[in-house]
Amino acid sequence: MRFLRIVLALAVIGVGAGLWLTAPQVIEAADLPDHDPDPAHGEQVFIAAGCASCHAAEEAEGEARLILSGGRAFASDFGTFYAPNVSMNSEHGIGDWSEAEFLTAIRHGVSPGGQHYYPAFPYTTYARAGIADLRDLWAYMQTLPADATPSRAHDVGFPFSIRRALGGWKLLFSDDDWVMQGADLSPQVMRGRYLVEALGHCGECHTPRNALGALDHGNWLSGAPNPSGDGRIPGITPDALGWSADDIANYLNDGFTPEFDSAGGSMVEVIANTSQLPAEDRTAIAAYLRALPASE
Amino acid sequence: MRLISRTMLLAAALTLPLAATVQGQSDTPYERHLNARQGYMDVLAFNIGTLGGMARGNIDYDAEAAQTAADNLAAMSGVNTRPFWPEGSDNAALGDATRALPAIWEDPEGFGEAWMAYRTAASDMAEAAGGGLDALRGAMGPLGSSCGSCHEDFRQSDD
Repeated sequence: MRFLRIVLALAVIGVGAGLWLTAPQVIEAADLPDHDPDPAHGEQVFIAAGCASCHAAEEAEGEARLILSGGRAFASDFGTFYAPNVSMNSEHGIGDWSEAEFLTAIRHGVSPGGQHYYPAFPYTTYARAGIADLRDLWAYMQTLPADATPSRAHDVGFPFSIRRALGGWKLLFSDDDWVMQGADLSPQVMRGRYLVEALGHCGECHTPRNALGALDHGNWLSGAPNPSGDGRIPGITPDALGWSADDIANYLNDGFTPEFDSAGGSMVEVIANTSQLPAEDRTAIAAYLRALPASE
Repeated sequence: MRLISRTMLLAAALTLPLAATVQGQSDTPYERHLNARQGYMDVLAFNIGTLGGMARGNIDYDAEAAQTAADNLAAMSGVNTRPFWPEGSDNAALGDATRALPAIWEDPEGFGEAWMAYRTAASDMAEAAGGGLDALRGAMGPLGSSCGSCHEDFRQSDD
């Protein structure tokens, strides 16, 4: 009898601890220091973070890439995810969000209603982004047009449909430390690290994932199966790519390989972004990639 | 008509030696078609290499060489390559011998539009390339985008 009661008590504690541990993390407005928002800098963050590549409508080009109506499909082993509307429409987009709710969504993957987002939204990567950058991004996104397209529900089966379980996933796999460590990194490599590991979220495609869909940091940027099911996404470590720093920076600008073949597939969207970055940022990305260890 | 047959001839002349270097795909019924397509793309890459090398500052700008490369591209873009693309010659049917996606035949209108965008970009480059390095650089972005937007949807993105 006494034993049963202990088991019961432990079970209650266990569930309680589980609920507490998997509870969504939130950024409060009161915790944020004063900040003078700079939407022009926010536009640079928007470009570097590739927001339009997922949240603009399929095939949108030019100015239309600033209408963040969502709808693109992302196939995965867990189901198909649809990018939501993140335009300034208050009913279907994020127009009525507060700044703190926006920061919570980006850095912790938690909705204003306290729900965990699926990590198809790369918040585990964006958690490395600077708060000041994200506040400028928010200021910039508020200047973008509203669109009333409703977001499409994700097509995800049981058990992945239990969002609370994502709290456990986050506990296991959230890690906002830099993947490339080292006390003697040059300012240029550190800038490249920020662009690759935080804003650019390159690892989301170029790094393989484990059985639960988390990035395998031990094989960072060493190439991965294509989540769409076709072919492989290439490794971009120095040995896998074999390109000079200039080759990389030029590719990110004009979209041509050293042999003047053109970029294809999803990289076309990426180059639509990187070609708009300052040249120093492309050079910094190249310096970072050249500083990576060889793939195993 | 005369112009078309001349550009065809030019394309054939440019394509032939390169097509011969492409690895054999003798296990497919479309070996000649794949060779023609891939040779065609090699000719583009050769000429874009001249223009891109100058735009990147890897080779010195030379108005005459730039104009020649751009004229070649414009002439190539005028070639009617439709016979190179018979139905059934996609990578779902032929495997690794080609990276041509079935989307080419499922969405012929989209493929045609992408091809037309490349023609426009190539003819704009032919206007610009001889007019100085800045003009060449200005035309390089749209040319690269036209290659990319077609390869985004219609070519398998294997490394």
